[in-house]
Amino acid sequence: MNTPVRSMLLVFAASFLGSFGALFLKAGAGKLHHGLRYLIFNPKLALGVVLFMASSLLYVLGLKQGELSVLYPLVSLSYIWALLWSRLFLKEPFTRNKFYGLALILAGIVFIGIGKQ
Amino acid sequence: MSRRQSIGLVFACTLIGAVGQIFIKLGAKDADSSMPWATVDGAWHNLYAMATNFNLIVGYSLYALMTVLFIFALRDEELSVVYPIISLSYVWVAGLSVWIFSESVNLAKMAGILIIVLGVAVLGRSGVGK
Repeated sequence: MNTPVRSMLLVFAASFLGSFGALFLKAGAGKLHHGLRYLIFNPKLALGVVLFMASSLLYVLGLKQGELSVLYPLVSLSYIWALLWSRLFLKEPFTRNKFYGLALILAGIVFIGIGKQ
Repeated sequence: MSRRQSIGLVFACTLIGAVGQIFIKLGAKDADSSMPWATVDGAWHNLYAMATNFNLIVGYSLYALMTVLFIFALRDEELSVVYPIISLSYVWVAGLSVWIFSESVNLAKMAGILIIVLGVAVLGRSGVGK
């Protein structure tokens, strides 16, 4: 079975969108300290959930064709987006281990790309 | 939860998540999303086909179950312990894909998966030291 580039791009887009979902969930989760009613009255949390659903939709469309053993590892890209956004928007420190982890994940994805039929 | 329990729980999460991925792949293949997305009727047809697809429902239910169990495990355990275990799911999914869908196995793919597992494990240690 062949894995079309289109499928890889869809999973790529899904991981990108999903990482923004996580960012908004994180932003919205802070409000929960003020009471559980903020589980519902919470635009950021709602946006996070919508982004996650959109990300799942793209993921399913991506999986329609191609190998799961190629497409699923691409989901690890979401770790890279998460590192970028937490540095940029949440001002979390960028440590040496984060850099090494990021480099390894990227290298792994390159190998998967080579290994795809 | 003791350390052994939470590690066991995370391990179970990786298995549940991997089985979920198999169902999602099955559902993605057989849900009819072939109508044009640019039209309201087409998009509605596609979304309805996905939302009512048995395999996708099972797959995403397993995903939801995994997420809830994962949150419980995270409450008591450090990320540096949890991340390396969770990255095992890449190994399970690859193994199941080869077994169930007869996908190809080759050296580059196996190396890629192992390097990603290592990368995620290293990320988990990012909070430890600097």
